[in-house]
Amino acid sequence: MTLHLTTEERAFLVGDHGEAVSLAMRILVSAAELLGAKALVRITSAHIDGCLHHGDGGVEFAEKLVATGGRVAVPTTLNVGALDLLHPDTVRADPSKLAMARRQMDAYVSIGAEPTFTCAPYQVGHQPAFGEQVAWGESNAIAFANSVLGARTERYGDFLDACCALAGRAPLHGLHIGQNRQATVVVDATNVPDALKDQDVFYPVLGSWLGLEVGREVSVIIGLPSTVSRDQLKALGASAASTGAVALFHVAGVTPEAPNLDAVVGETQSVDRIKLTADMVKGALKRLSTADTVERIDAVAVGSPHFSITEFEALLTLVRGRRMAVPFYACTARATLQELEVRGNDLLQLQEAGVEIIADTCVVVTPILRESGGVLMTNSGKFAHYAPSNTGYEVVYGSLEDCVESAVIGLVTRTEAIWSW
Amino acid sequence: MVEGRVLIPGNAEGRFLRLQAPISLWGGIDPVSGIVIDPRHPDYGVSIGGAVLAMPGAVGSSSSSAVMLELLREGNAPSAILMASADAILAIGILVSVELGYSTCPVLEVELSALDGTPQGTLLRVTSEGRVIRL
Repeated sequence: MTLHLTTEERAFLVGDHGEAVSLAMRILVSAAELLGAKALVRITSAHIDGCLHHGDGGVEFAEKLVATGGRVAVPTTLNVGALDLLHPDTVRADPSKLAMARRQMDAYVSIGAEPTFTCAPYQVGHQPAFGEQVAWGESNAIAFANSVLGARTERYGDFLDACCALAGRAPLHGLHIGQNRQATVVVDATNVPDALKDQDVFYPVLGSWLGLEVGREVSVIIGLPSTVSRDQLKALGASAASTGAVALFHVAGVTPEAPNLDAVVGETQSVDRIKLTADMVKGALKRLSTADTVERIDAVAVGSPHFSITEFEALLTLVRGRRMAVPFYACTARATLQELEVRGNDLLQLQEAGVEIIADTCVVVTPILRESGGVLMTNSGKFAHYAPSNTGYEVVYGSLEDCVESAVIGLVTRTEAIWSW
Repeated sequence: MVEGRVLIPGNAEGRFLRLQAPISLWGGIDPVSGIVIDPRHPDYGVSIGGAVLAMPGAVGSSSSSAVMLELLREGNAPSAILMASADAILAIGILVSVELGYSTCPVLEVELSALDGTPQGTLLRVTSEGRVIRL
């Protein structure tokens, strides 16, 4: 099995188009070979998940691309960085670390990527069409692009996403190929009460269960209402991509590749079928909280993936005229924040209620929460999954309504009734 | 002796460490110390530095490549990785490490059940031809 390169791709590789493209192609070709790809595929867009400072190696790589004349070959957005560039005092870190984090974000802008700094590029105008071949990083964005938009990307990690953007190519493998997008697992949610399936709070729980259950397999969920929202699918995918390596899930009758069940299981030889039970759902719900017995909370964080304008509207309805007793962080894209700013009063009312808006980054990827530690409440399955290891905070999972009610009194308040069936 | 498919070639030695559950390096492993920091992971607190690490699967964040690069840069990466199925996210961190002049970490795709009889801590050698040998 050998990788076939076109004449143009071979020219990229040997450096005819500069050292940055050559470096990108060396990595791309090695990756394609180890993935067993027979060719590269042209892509129409990229989302680079390389802005977040994990250490200085990442800065070195990005600056090497700049120094060698790198330039993205396709429209490219950027994922969150480690800083809120709009509110510079938000992140606590020593000046040298802040400087390196800034250099890393700047380097990717220098190669021509858009400074979107969001994990939800699909909310700020980066929406590939159905069937488009793209190379995206950021696990939730990957799941969204594949599942909700019907675009085709594999799970690209830091660096490879940038290499794809520079070369305008991706390894032709995995989910870039139609037959690999068929479901191998059917999840039947018919038994879940409709009242629960209507609630936003159900979807991160379902996603969390799905990721643990299916790992990297492609699944199709049946029995969800046709009214399931974009934000609910976003939450489902983000959770599933946290507990598992889920890059594509179908929802029969909802997501674009699955107008019905047959459309995504037709060609598959053997399919596992799992009926969702109350025990499975309750188990996943329980797992999202590490501090189930606590009463007091120290902070609330929402917006992973970044809050959409619709989610801000829902939050505003809940907090208008009230006052949070604990820090309440809402993480979003700078473009969404600008949209709120245009509305003027909305932003003011959120701020008056004590909602602190974080842009360009979020509370689990960089030190924003107070150092004292404690208990964090969230409506995000992804925050619930990553907060304990990344922040040292214990987590309590609840709905957005639960989060607001709890934040107002500083004590955990949860509506448990919807989970009994 | 176990044979696997070479994903990243190289020779290495280290003590066998089989993780008991899949892990996301990002959020799962401290990029500087190489210690498992996910309190929900059964190997919480264990250091993967220098080990011949068998991973039942890689999950979660696509930032795991970056964590792999930092582990290599800091000298706390595993000495070799044995994976049940090829995962580009980890391998990319290693390819970039080599491009930047840091060390490498051989990666093999192996049937992990072939290692069922190998006790944790066994000294193993991984060869560039894709063999895992008990020392």
